[in-house]
Amino acid sequence: MLATLIGFLGDFDLAEEAAQEAFAIAAERWPRDGVPSNPGAWLTTTARNRAVDRLRRDRTLAVKTKLLEVPVAVEDHVDETTFPDERLELIFTCCHPALGLDAQVALTLRTLGGLTTDEIARAFLVPEPTMAQRLVRAKRKIATAGIPFRIPADHLLPDRLAAVLAVVYLIFNEGYGGRGELAEEAIRLGRALAELMPDEPEAQALLALMLLHDARREARLRDGELVLLEDQDRTVWDAAQIEEGRAVLGRALALQGRGPYLVQAAIASLHADEPRDWRQIAVLYGELARLTRSPVVELNRAVAVAEAEGPAAGLAIVDRLALDNYRYFHSARAAFLRRLDRGDEARAAYERALALATAEHERRFLRRRIAELAAG
Amino acid sequence: MKYALLIYPNDTEWDSLSEDEQKAIYGEYFAVSETPGVVGGQELQPADTATTVRVSNGSTLTTDGPFAETKEALGGFFLFEANDLDAAIEIAARIPAARRGGAVEVRPVVER
Repeated sequence: MLATLIGFLGDFDLAEEAAQEAFAIAAERWPRDGVPSNPGAWLTTTARNRAVDRLRRDRTLAVKTKLLEVPVAVEDHVDETTFPDERLELIFTCCHPALGLDAQVALTLRTLGGLTTDEIARAFLVPEPTMAQRLVRAKRKIATAGIPFRIPADHLLPDRLAAVLAVVYLIFNEGYGGRGELAEEAIRLGRALAELMPDEPEAQALLALMLLHDARREARLRDGELVLLEDQDRTVWDAAQIEEGRAVLGRALALQGRGPYLVQAAIASLHADEPRDWRQIAVLYGELARLTRSPVVELNRAVAVAEAEGPAAGLAIVDRLALDNYRYFHSARAAFLRRLDRGDEARAAYERALALATAEHERRFLRRRIAELAAG
Repeated sequence: MKYALLIYPNDTEWDSLSEDEQKAIYGEYFAVSETPGVVGGQELQPADTATTVRVSNGSTLTTDGPFAETKEALGGFFLFEANDLDAAIEIAARIPAARRGGAVEVRPVVER
């Protein structure tokens, strides 16, 4: 409903106020007069009419005069019972690259997710006035800089869709780090995108990836300690959600997708198998490394190769990587060295990882390993 | 909407280009200036020809050089009439400075 109103009014704040007003009127009238046959259309029509009334009253506001022409002209042509679903236009506006990433995330959660400013502020651990300011600035830029409210033209679509997917995945990862409500919100957004862009393999693939990861959420922590995948209690995994994730992945594959989200979703799907096909996982990490050129992905490939072919093969890959300031580089290297019975080198690598680690549960894990090697 | 496309060139290779290559780049600028919607634009002389003027207590103070002492000085601008920012970004991306080490800043113009 908000998306339709913003599309119609071209003004985020006006649309939000009008929507609130419509809900207030509904709360008063529906119990008395009964719920209308199409509540969504009733709310949208009411909100739209309120907004137009307000625009007419506010004629003095110079900035709004341009808007005035639009609703008056269009009003009679809007069908009372069906409104266009403009969520897709809205998300492309919210995730426009002319806005900062922080602002894209906040706007998406506020307008499409329907989270309050206070909820978003708490989720990203910033004070509420800071978040409110960020939203005000973003909305002002949309209006003043002329950021369009529409689905980008075909030649712009790949880049712009990538930006939208990146925002949704960032929200998911914030949630995966512990704030579960954000992960749920990201999945809701992912579902909407997959539904609105049924022909885009990467939109399907992102949803599949989030579903597959999220299905293991309950098993990732035990008594506040991070549990590695191989030690997770599989009975706590959400089997139905893994099934759903795989079905969505199947749709993405059927659309001939080959993008980074598809490869990651395929890897996540393989990780849910028992026993895991490490050779296949290593091949997919190789494909992902080719797509992203990320040394961190290469590091993941090294781990998979080590599982398939032994620690020496994994070590050969990591020793080619320039990731000296990345703690997982040192901990992965240490694990390979430990398995190769090169205890002193393993201990030195764990010490490097410990010097870079900040999370307390990781530090505890690394200290345990160092103590074992010292005793060993 | 009207946008100012502020051009900040940083072309370290310009002098090593052949005359034909330089001509081709000027040709691109000309093509941008001829694009429908472009309603004005000028190339500016280098920043070391600038004079900065301030008025204090009624007296005019002039100093040699540009206002902002940055490495990348404003080199020129276009004015572009467009429906939205996407159109302005597309034309900004066609300005040679944008791909030759410099940048183009897109600023909406205040319209009253």
